[in-house]
Amino acid sequence: MSQTVARTVAMTVNGRAVSVTVDDPAMPLLYALRNDLGLTGPHYGCGLGQCGACTVHVDGAAMRSCLLPVGELAGKQVTTLEGLGTPDRPHPVQAAFIAEQAVQCGYCANGMIMESAAFLARTPKPSEAQVREALANNICRCGTQPRVVRAVLRAASQA
Amino acid sequence: MDGMALSRRGLIQAGGGLVIAFAAAGPKPAAAWTEKPVALEQVDSFLAIGADGRITVYVGKVDLGTGVRTGFAQIAAEELEVPLDRVAVVEGDTALTPDQGPTYGSLSIQIGGVQLRQAAATARAALVAEAARRVGLPAEALRAESGAVVAPDGRRLAYAELVGGKAFSLAVDPGATIKPPEQRRIVGRPVPRVDIPDKVFGRFRYVHDLKVPGMLHGRAVRPPAMGATAEAVDEASVAGIPGIVKVVHEKGFVGVVAETEWAAIRAQQALKVRWSAWAGLPDQAKLWEHVRATPVGQRQVTSEKGDPAAAIQGAARRLSASYDFAIHTHGSMGPSCAVAEFKDGRLTSWSASQATHNLRKQLAMMLGLPVEQVRCIYLEGAGCYGRNGHEDAAADAALLARAVGRPVRVQWMRAEEHGWDPKGPPTLIDLRAGLDAQGKVVGWESEAYIPKGAGGNVDLVAADLAGLPKESLLSPGNIVHNLAQPYALPAVRTVCHRLETTPFRPSWIRTPGRMQNTYANEAFLDELAAAAGADPIEYRLSVLDDPRGREVLERVARLANWQTRPSPRRDQTGEVLRGRGVTYVKYELVRTYVAGVAEVEVNRRSGDIRVTRFFCAHDCGQVINPDAVKAQIEGNVVSTVSRTLLEELTFDRSTVTSLDWAGYRTIAFPQVPEIVIELIDRPADRPWGAGEPAAAVVPSAVSNAVFDATGVRLRSVPFTPAKVRAALQGA
Ligand code: FES
Ligand code: FES
Repeated sequence: MSQTVARTVAMTVNGRAVSVTVDDPAMPLLYALRNDLGLTGPHYGCGLGQCGACTVHVDGAAMRSCLLPVGELAGKQVTTLEGLGTPDRPHPVQAAFIAEQAVQCGYCANGMIMESAAFLARTPKPSEAQVREALANNICRCGTQPRVVRAVLRAASQA
Repeated sequence: MDGMALSRRGLIQAGGGLVIAFAAAGPKPAAAWTEKPVALEQVDSFLAIGADGRITVYVGKVDLGTGVRTGFAQIAAEELEVPLDRVAVVEGDTALTPDQGPTYGSLSIQIGGVQLRQAAATARAALVAEAARRVGLPAEALRAESGAVVAPDGRRLAYAELVGGKAFSLAVDPGATIKPPEQRRIVGRPVPRVDIPDKVFGRFRYVHDLKVPGMLHGRAVRPPAMGATAEAVDEASVAGIPGIVKVVHEKGFVGVVAETEWAAIRAQQALKVRWSAWAGLPDQAKLWEHVRATPVGQRQVTSEKGDPAAAIQGAARRLSASYDFAIHTHGSMGPSCAVAEFKDGRLTSWSASQATHNLRKQLAMMLGLPVEQVRCIYLEGAGCYGRNGHEDAAADAALLARAVGRPVRVQWMRAEEHGWDPKGPPTLIDLRAGLDAQGKVVGWESEAYIPKGAGGNVDLVAADLAGLPKESLLSPGNIVHNLAQPYALPAVRTVCHRLETTPFRPSWIRTPGRMQNTYANEAFLDELAAAAGADPIEYRLSVLDDPRGREVLERVARLANWQTRPSPRRDQTGEVLRGRGVTYVKYELVRTYVAGVAEVEVNRRSGDIRVTRFFCAHDCGQVINPDAVKAQIEGNVVSTVSRTLLEELTFDRSTVTSLDWAGYRTIAFPQVPEIVIELIDRPADRPWGAGEPAAAVVPSAVSNAVFDATGVRLRSVPFTPAKVRAALQGA
């Protein structure tokens, strides 16, 4: 067991400068967000990059925070679900998820919304097939997929 | 006047002269750890009206992501005549909510909601009676409206003023009048779910997000072979990880506790344990031989009429087939999680358990505590679709918290969730039938090979591994339902061989037994229809008397633009063949009616099946929230298409090997069918469940559609490309 030395990582999270002190820089960003910064929008689903529950934006790109060593985040801009929009100023994808009631347990919703928001930023007018392809690596076990597709298309049509 | 029983007639007769005592606080039962009344017969058990006029509803049934919380709020708001946003719902807290039974079997609205509705109707009548007394008018002259009782002259007595902050101390009146359909404003409407905004903005608090002061993080270290015990634990192997608090070891139960979650995870991975050898699982390649060879504890005849054996023997045509259905995992998106805290010898356990009242008993038994020293509180987790690992995580957390004397949070890792949640047991069903010269069924026999047991408690992994007290029951759910036939056949015998053992700790997964039994019945019936040269829907209608059953079949035929003709089609060339298949179910033969039509494309070269569209006609009686019912149907269809085409637990002789989403494949967005739903609402009838029934019709609808497309019959779930190719080659 290698002894580790505490180290501080400075980054910007939801527009705020923060620093996190960790004894293992290999710790995934997900744990820093949830446990050190109190941002519980991203969830642990698999820790393997397979499900999408932990998705955040890093410098605008959707990334799986369960796989990102926090030590590599120094100087990066991180956005979580909490920073994407608020009830007063919802992101169009968040508003569309409410309008389409595209949530059941909602454990996957973080990943669905964060992945879709990043996708729509690249592809503002997608086809339904493109939406399905963009979310092909996001799992939902409750069966919200039909509504999620509708919500993303709704957000695209209103952006 | 504690707990006085008010009947509706009593109220009307007494009119303005009736006095209701609103006690300052309800009586506290001595034995149980309760903070308020929880008895099923008391109004206060179900609802309270605060001094601010806000309503709190207490229910023992829990949401689990289904949206039923919103349904409860609708039911209470409707009967109490208050705006929906004035109602808050408290779920599954053994100290606060009545024990309405586990949240399973599509019973939350049917049982839990109806109990709540009766309590709310009783409360409304009591509020009107109290207002009548105060204004000196007969109760019939007053009406409840928007959180107040209104007199004909316009005087308003707010609920807060009538009862706010005090208990009703009133028994639920089984005769209290429910609002008639034409007066309903909230029930029956697609009101938006109360939890969705918070979930969409990252503000919802799941059990996974709970932090209690002084909380540590724990992880269990599971044996690599499921029945192994830990012979030696090398604590030094994790001593170098900063923040380690304790290594816990009790027989096969090994766990680590640390100051931070990451330290607990690192220790879980790094801890060196010498495990005993164990290889008690059957050979997966010979699973069905193993099931057939398992000792039978009980032969349960679930329906019997006439002499089907003789009828089949003498029939013009005899058919037989065996259907099997793989072992499934719940596969919740969020691995199970719980927090446990001991304080003054009492345990508080927070989890997403679907049965907190039962979990309380299980934890008490495991820990050797009196039940009244344990409080279990539901907090939402990821959807569980049955009894997954929530209760086991609660047991892990309790053992670890007891060992360190501080609150401990445990969240399972992905491999634990896939490996250690209880499994939907393997199901094997043999069927035989005879047809007369006209193709009519003269006899039907089926035999299911399924584990013994019912919907009791599933033993806790930690109790099992640590050798602590447990009930030692098999509890696969009520899996015998729907083997009996909904059709009027002249001679029928359906038998369940209840097996003494099953390879994995069993439990229920969405539509347990009803799905597997309906799949075998409805696919085999389709074989008979094909043998008779009949259209599958007409064949069913020819033996179906139940008018509500006929209605869902007729409606789904119209919805799917069903072309009347026998299967298979035999008119297609090319690589991709298209077909359609139907299935009908009357859930447990006593409630919700569903008919479904699957449309499929089968690639004959690759063996890939794609369900392109799924049509569903659904009658669950009174609909509380049509959009929520639709969401349940969509969830049933998507998850069951996944189970039918892809899902299968894999294992070696020692343990589960499908430990992640790559090993246990599930449906992805591109494969999700278009879903078309027709809801039949019967506002004057009672509400039935919707969380499971539509799932029952999916596997056989797909099997039947594949047969229609290809002429080959799939009888082994999941319908993998390899099985499809093999079937096509054999045809
Ligand atoms: S938790 Fe990160 S992808 Fe599943
Ligand atoms: S809503 Fe439950 S996993 Fe997607």
